Amino acid sequence: MMDKNVGALDDTGTARRKFLAGIAGAAGLSIAPGVALFSFAEAKDKTGPVSSKVRWGMLIDTLKCADGCNDCVSACFKENGIGSTGRPDTDPQWIRKIEIRNPKTDREISLPMMCQHCADPPCVDVCPTGASFKRADGIVLVDKHTCIGCRYCMMACPYQARSFVHENLTNQKTDVPRGKGTVESCTLCVHRVDKGGTPACAEACSDTAGKAILFGDLNDPKSEISKRVGKFASHQVRSDLGLDPGVRYRGI
Amino acid sequence: MWQPGKVLLLAVFSGIFLITGFLDSISAGERVSVPVIPKALAKAEKGHAELMRRNHMDLMIHKRDKTVHEGIRNKKYSLKACISCHAVLGKDKKPVSVASPKHFCRTCHDYVAVKVDCFQCHTSKPPTTVNLGPGSASFLSKKIQEYLR
Repeated sequence: MMDKNVGALDDTGTARRKFLAGIAGAAGLSIAPGVALFSFAEAKDKTGPVSSKVRWGMLIDTLKCADGCNDCVSACFKENGIGSTGRPDTDPQWIRKIEIRNPKTDREISLPMMCQHCADPPCVDVCPTGASFKRADGIVLVDKHTCIGCRYCMMACPYQARSFVHENLTNQKTDVPRGKGTVESCTLCVHRVDKGGTPACAEACSDTAGKAILFGDLNDPKSEISKRVGKFASHQVRSDLGLDPGVRYRGI
Repeated sequence: MWQPGKVLLLAVFSGIFLITGFLDSISAGERVSVPVIPKALAKAEKGHAELMRRNHMDLMIHKRDKTVHEGIRNKKYSLKACISCHAVLGKDKKPVSVASPKHFCRTCHDYVAVKVDCFQCHTSKPPTTVNLGPGSASFLSKKIQEYLR
């Protein structure tokens, strides 16, 4: 069992991913487009392990993100069973809306900020127990079974994306176990994604006029997100850190 | 001061107390009774009970790692499937939580004094949020049969 786990984790390593990407690129050149469809079908397999052929990501269009709209945050809280403890200082924040203003131009932007699902996540680097990990498909998670609540990852994260559960919880959602003494953050709604769904925030945003959050596979050239990323300029927040986040922003 | 006489006396008395206490408990039948395992709501495949009785912890911990790290979310050996099928209905015809000693997991774990911490994070109730009316046991059973299919 342990060997398999180690194998799965190795699959997320940068060196190996580059190697695979190289192979995939070479294959893409030589194989007819029909064959590429086969690998797409394989990636959607519900019962198999997640594969590094997929890189889940998000494109957030700040030009469409409405100032004062909080739909993504409330959808996230509802989906994941996050309630307020009445003490906002220590309440978990898997996603938050921030308003930023450029003092030189007075331009104001509103955008949601959450775990950026880095390709080289610093939270994983610093975790002393291996609880903080990156799945093969690029989703960064906390294995709460191994988390000791040291909160080192919270300090390492440049996006302040992680929260600590300070108090006993009851009535958790079946698909979203949460508990006192562990660190948690945006899971990219992994329980929905594994069943072929999209994260709750992206769904909530597409229901309203905004449609600012687009979720998809950055590795699949046919996906809507890849097409848009290829067409329009988009930026990773703090790209200077070289973490290669899976969440990209347009208009910042 | 070391007084062998007193120590001996104490030992004899405590011995008598212990023995009489033990005999009393046997004669009065006050041993902790063997738990009555609640019946599952859905029918299991052959050999399920025997397999699970000895191996549930290993199977579940294996499945746990598969789910968290590899995203394998089928029902086999998943905690969600366990608590759905083994839901115990309370007086209000709703599944009881682990706070109740009637909860399936607790019946045995209380008896063997093993404390599980699964339910500090995981819910101990099945995912069905349906308001269960009369005949709820059969209704829930049907729902769970559907879920497990």
